[in-house]
Amino acid sequence: MSRHTKIITLRRIIKAGTVNFGRNLSLAIAAMAVMVVTLTGVLLSVVAGAAFNHSISDLTSRIDISMYITDDASTTQVKNLVSALQDRDDVKSATYISKDEALAKASADDPDDESLQYFKMQGTSPLPASIRIQPVDPNNIQSIKSFLDEPQNAKLQDPSSGTSYSGTRKEAIDNITHATNLLVRIGIVAIVIFGFVSVLIIFNTIQMAIFNRRDELTIMRLLGASNSYIRGPFIVESALYGIIAAGISVLLIHSLFLLSSGALQASTLGLLDINYAATYFRSHFWVILLMQLGVGILIGAASSYVATKRYLKFKTK
Amino acid sequence: MILLDRVTKVYGKNGAPSLDRVSLHVQPKEFVIVVGQSGAGKTTLLRLLTREERPTSGKIVVGGIDYDKLSDRDIPLLRRKIGTVFQDFKLLPNRTVYENVAFALELVGMGNREIRHTIPKVLDIVNLKGKERRMPMELSGGERQRVAIARAIVRQPKILIADEPTGNLDPKHAWDVIKVLERINRFGTTVLLTTHNQEIVNKLKRRVVTIQHGTIASDRAHADYKL
Repeated sequence: MSRHTKIITLRRIIKAGTVNFGRNLSLAIAAMAVMVVTLTGVLLSVVAGAAFNHSISDLTSRIDISMYITDDASTTQVKNLVSALQDRDDVKSATYISKDEALAKASADDPDDESLQYFKMQGTSPLPASIRIQPVDPNNIQSIKSFLDEPQNAKLQDPSSGTSYSGTRKEAIDNITHATNLLVRIGIVAIVIFGFVSVLIIFNTIQMAIFNRRDELTIMRLLGASNSYIRGPFIVESALYGIIAAGISVLLIHSLFLLSSGALQASTLGLLDINYAATYFRSHFWVILLMQLGVGILIGAASSYVATKRYLKFKTK
Repeated sequence: MILLDRVTKVYGKNGAPSLDRVSLHVQPKEFVIVVGQSGAGKTTLLRLLTREERPTSGKIVVGGIDYDKLSDRDIPLLRRKIGTVFQDFKLLPNRTVYENVAFALELVGMGNREIRHTIPKVLDIVNLKGKERRMPMELSGGERQRVAIARAIVRQPKILIADEPTGNLDPKHAWDVIKVLERINRFGTTVLLTTHNQEIVNKLKRRVVTIQHGTIASDRAHADYKL
């Protein structure tokens, strides 16, 4: 078959598939409805997963180590410690916060605290100076802790405040991460189940379509239609289910974000930052659309390929 | 053009043979009528030729194609080379006359322009000019059968197999169909026709092969046929 003939045949297969789609609209609607549910589930999982990851990484970035400095420590000693920390590979940043800066921040954070305002007016800070250390890996701060515990560094620590390792906060974040991972796994299982149900329904839809048109298909075979010429329109038809269902699922989520943009502005549902989810959806719109189209076409085409394969075996006895 | 050498077809494991060591040789451009009562084996013979069935034993060669060497993938290609007309027409119900005939050409990848050029000529041969846009439901039995013939000949096959094409038609329409088949044969197509119709057989004055109980009972030129 020449290339020109192949193109003509492909065009005819696509046209026949489109016409069949129109003819089997009632069956098509049932198949597409299930596919919309599946694809919307996939999309929600992707967006929610991105939002969860964002929230976790945001929380994780807040894990830090604050070493409170004794008033007896000299500026040189503190500066040396800060630069030693900055040189370490496991330290992202190390910032010195003086007593005055600590007071200014505390009074700004809590303007109603009269005692803080009093000290501010007096120009004396009761708060200790500190070094704020951000680790590269919040899960691995042991080596930094050991470094700070070395005698020459330990003696710079304020004996009453010591060093804060955000220990409880880290534990909470670990728990949240664990719960989120569990949710993501449950989501994947749910998508796999929906995907399977979707394939089954499309498979049966195509089988029904084949059954309805069995005489027509027999005629086509007797006239010399090849398997691909008979199967092609069915695959096009179910790929169309996938394309339309993908479009509807993206439109649904888009509308959901549009409707919720006012009501849920800057709000979160637990760890799910709606604003971030909406932003993520908009900024990845074309990738998401392509992904949905790909998944939809794959589910549709694969199930109709299997449905037609059995029927189209030449059974000459 | 068509060669069957001791062809036997048995359905089931211990069934009686539908065809029993049938040998037949049809020359190019011949018009051969196969007659016989219901169940004699006429339809089995044609189904073997269109490869809807495989013989239990024996050799079949059609248009130089040895069926023993034919793979399943080649069956569509074989069917495109043979024109087939069925007793129950087998028209695509949701397509117009034009689309039904065009379908045969679409299968071989012919372009739309060429199809538009070819179909009027074929519809003219079967006297269906002006009925291109009709649906099969809107046609008489004779007209439907002529659409089926147009579809069978539009690819200009060397062989036309017609399985009781007049079986569902009244005498006038039946005769119209036979006249079209004769005309096609005059153009050089080998025609293999099965029929019950005694009058048609006797009027055509062509080679008649009689099948009885799965065997060829007689094979004569210009024979008179009695049921």
